[in-house]
Amino acid sequence: MNAPDLATVATILIAVLALPLALAGYRMIRGPGYADRFVALDMLTAVAIALAALTTLATGRSAFLDIGLGIALVNFVSTCAFAAFLNRKRGDR
Amino acid sequence: MIRTIAAVLLLAAGVAFVCVAAIGVARLPDAFQRMHASTKAGGIGVTLVVLGVLVAGGVASPVTGILTILFMLVTLSVASQMLARSAYMSGAPMEGLDRGDPLAGVLERQAAPLEERTDLAYTEDEETRRLA
Repeated sequence: MNAPDLATVATILIAVLALPLALAGYRMIRGPGYADRFVALDMLTAVAIALAALTTLATGRSAFLDIGLGIALVNFVSTCAFAAFLNRKRGDR
Repeated sequence: MIRTIAAVLLLAAGVAFVCVAAIGVARLPDAFQRMHASTKAGGIGVTLVVLGVLVAGGVASPVTGILTILFMLVTLSVASQMLARSAYMSGAPMEGLDRGDPLAGVLERQAAPLEERTDLAYTEDEETRRLA
């Protein structure tokens, strides 16, 4: 048995990741509430980190791993900001 | 050889976990159960994928990948706890509580979810009214 070609495997897995991307996008568009959309954003960034890591293997450029770290950092800050928004927004009706 | 197979197994397991998490996010009935799917299954899936890339080699230095894994493991739980607490306090609807709300009286909670308390959606009437 030959060793599988890692770049090919990574490309196939990137295609598979289109499914979670579509499902999280469906939840982002559908809602129905703000909390659901923030959860969908969390899921979308998780898929984006996985995509960045797999692109590292598919293209052989390790800079994409740095992009994954950057997305993880931004994700934490944005989730905290959205949590503060949900907590403090009183409503105007 | 053995290293490549280990890497492929880690990558496939990670992608499978991410798929399961996304199916949970799309199908579970309320925001808290969706968060339960996305945080735990999504977090372990992404961690496995990054670990697989590190095991595969071909990365100039593994420091970035290790930092990504450590950072995600530390912050995902904190972030989801903050978001869940805020969602509960802002009155996000909950499904399937057959023995009542155990947090009632512990945390204050708005009567209606945020989207029923605000008009954040842009409407043209409102804009013309504001400008007039």
